[in-house]
Amino acid sequence: MNILVCISQVPDTTAKIVINSAGNAVDPAGIKFILNPYDEYAIEEGLRLREKFTGTVTAVTVGGDSAKEILRTALAMGVDKAVIIKNAEKSDSFSVAKNIADYATTLNPDVILLGRQSIDYDSFQMSGTLGELMNMASVSMVSKLEITGTDVAMERDIEGGKESVQTSLPCVIGVQKGINEPRYPKLPDIMKAKSKPIEEFSPSSQETRVQTITMDIPASKRVGKILGDTDADIAEFVRLLHEDAKAF
Amino acid sequence: MKIAVFIETHNAQGIRSAKEALTAARSLNAEIVGITTSNADALHQFAEYGLTTCITVSHDLLATYSSTAIASAVAQAAKSANANVVMFGGNASGKEIAPRVAVKLQAGYIPDVVEVQDANGALQCVRPVFAGKAREHVKATTTVTVVTLRPNVFTAKAVGGGAVTTSAFTPELTGNDAKVKTTGVTRNEGKLDVLEADIIVSGGRGMKGPEHFTLVEDLAKPLGAAVGASRAVVDAGWRPHGDQVGQTGKTVSPSLYVACGISGAVQHLAGMSSSKVIVAINKDKEAPIFKVADYGIIGDVFEVLPKLTAKIKEVTGK
Ligand SMILES: Cc1cc2nc3c(=O)[nH]c(=O)nc-3n(C[C@H](O)[C@H](O)[C@H](O)COP(=O)(O)OP(=O)(O)OC[C@H]3O[C@@H](n4cnc5c(N)ncnc54)[C@H](O)[C@@H]3O)c2cc1C
Ligand SMILES: Nc1ncnc2c1ncn2[C@@H]1O[C@H](COP(=O)(O)O)[C@@H](O)[C@H]1O
Repeated sequence: MNILVCISQVPDTTAKIVINSAGNAVDPAGIKFILNPYDEYAIEEGLRLREKFTGTVTAVTVGGDSAKEILRTALAMGVDKAVIIKNAEKSDSFSVAKNIADYATTLNPDVILLGRQSIDYDSFQMSGTLGELMNMASVSMVSKLEITGTDVAMERDIEGGKESVQTSLPCVIGVQKGINEPRYPKLPDIMKAKSKPIEEFSPSSQETRVQTITMDIPASKRVGKILGDTDADIAEFVRLLHEDAKAF
Repeated sequence: MKIAVFIETHNAQGIRSAKEALTAARSLNAEIVGITTSNADALHQFAEYGLTTCITVSHDLLATYSSTAIASAVAQAAKSANANVVMFGGNASGKEIAPRVAVKLQAGYIPDVVEVQDANGALQCVRPVFAGKAREHVKATTTVTVVTLRPNVFTAKAVGGGAVTTSAFTPELTGNDAKVKTTGVTRNEGKLDVLEADIIVSGGRGMKGPEHFTLVEDLAKPLGAAVGASRAVVDAGWRPHGDQVGQTGKTVSPSLYVACGISGAVQHLAGMSSSKVIVAINKDKEAPIFKVADYGIIGDVFEVLPKLTAKIKEVTGK
């Protein structure tokens, strides 16, 4: 089975976000970048499919030079091949998906695995966008996957329950927590990954479709009324919620 | 501006996120048309929220629910209506369909929108990014814009409607469009999901153990609330994974969110900071949750929660 896993590099969730002087992007200075947590599930699922069906797992990322670090993590976890697509300074989710689609067309994968969302821009669109660009089926929020021959049976999380979904290979799958427990790379594998080759792929276009006009830090509009725990406080608290905030 | 709003029903019930999308569309100076693949009989439920015209899409291949077939059908209908904005509620199905519709219409796609605005005839949107630590103001550079709206942010407002004028549309679909098929849906019976609840009461590590979540459930009951949880307690196995609120759990925006014994880590805030009213009960007055709270009690959940539940029962009579 020819498996492609898409991974992205994102700021550590606790990173302090500062807007650049132009007011339209985040200032990357001082931010620690990590592998998008959901993409660990995608890598793990790719490795498990290879263990079951044999084949190769390729990890691809669209990003700058520093994104090679997450490819090394993927190599340490056990992927066979790592590919970086250097993106233009101005990119959006569409251009990233288009870049990946260009590469995927050369690879001809049976299955493309992604994380449910990247935790920086939370755009939650890559599986659908890539699926449509590749003219492949796409399913997101997948927490259970079973492949038999070319039949693909999945469960995805929906409001208040689960949806069972079927499709066939080739397809694009966005995975969610619950599908597996990602392995931790072992120290010798981390060392070996440092010297493994990383391929570069040049995309055909850098077309974008969405533009960030400005970025800002939201001002808190919260009431901020904090009380103690006496009976009188609790009575006042309930009155505030019921009468002032009309919250219930 | 001409906005096509995706009108969705589940078992003939008009879903809330579609009503919210109608409300958001109405806040703009625009012509609005609905697009539905559901039965026209259900449309009166949307008239109340301002739907006056609707394209009813039908095709044999839409008989079994297929997200890919619906995406093809909606894209064709939106094109036939010359819509320059296509709006979806950001529920699980909207998020699945919208990106495919955007590619088909060569449209810019803006997900997880919390504010919409008419900027000289073009749609401009605000969306939270970096776990809610920043917001971006974005617009598409294409002729058509596709958006999904974060659920529960645009409160659906009834306007008292009349009849809905419908026009039938038959899309051109082949088996290739129906690549993905839904074969079944399992509901968590008897349990309100945090994604569907108007009020959520969540518990964190401060509850000290799974057996004490009865205190959280007791408070949830008179409020008609769903019970949520922080990741710390989900990871500890105290609560099911589906209850987790936060960056790696569910993103919720209820009208009231009550955090009991939750510190308010940034990843938790990412999932609930757009709630309308936030309430915290925590014994540590320095807990970060108080920085985002509208109302708070500094106290021990084991003493405060029973008293709070009793007081709320007095008010609601439940
Ligand atoms: C990549 C990543 C993703 C994450 N995603 C999520 C996510 O989706 N959701 C999420 O919730 N977390 C997430 N986390 C974890 C997050 O960082 C915190 O660890 C977690 O939210 C803490 O949960 P907590 O508030 O229940 O526990 P704690 O941080 O331990 O807080 C417990 C609180 O209870 C209070 N307390 C203790 N005893 C009492 C008492 N008797 N009465 C009243 N108050 C009391 C304490 O003062 C404290 O504030 C993520 C972390 C990472 C790294
Ligand atoms: N720059 C990128 N390079 C490779 N894959 C990406 C990139 N951005 C997002 N992805 C993949 O798409 C998934 C969903 O991301 P998104 O739709 O941006 O929220 C992520 O979990 C990754 O698997």
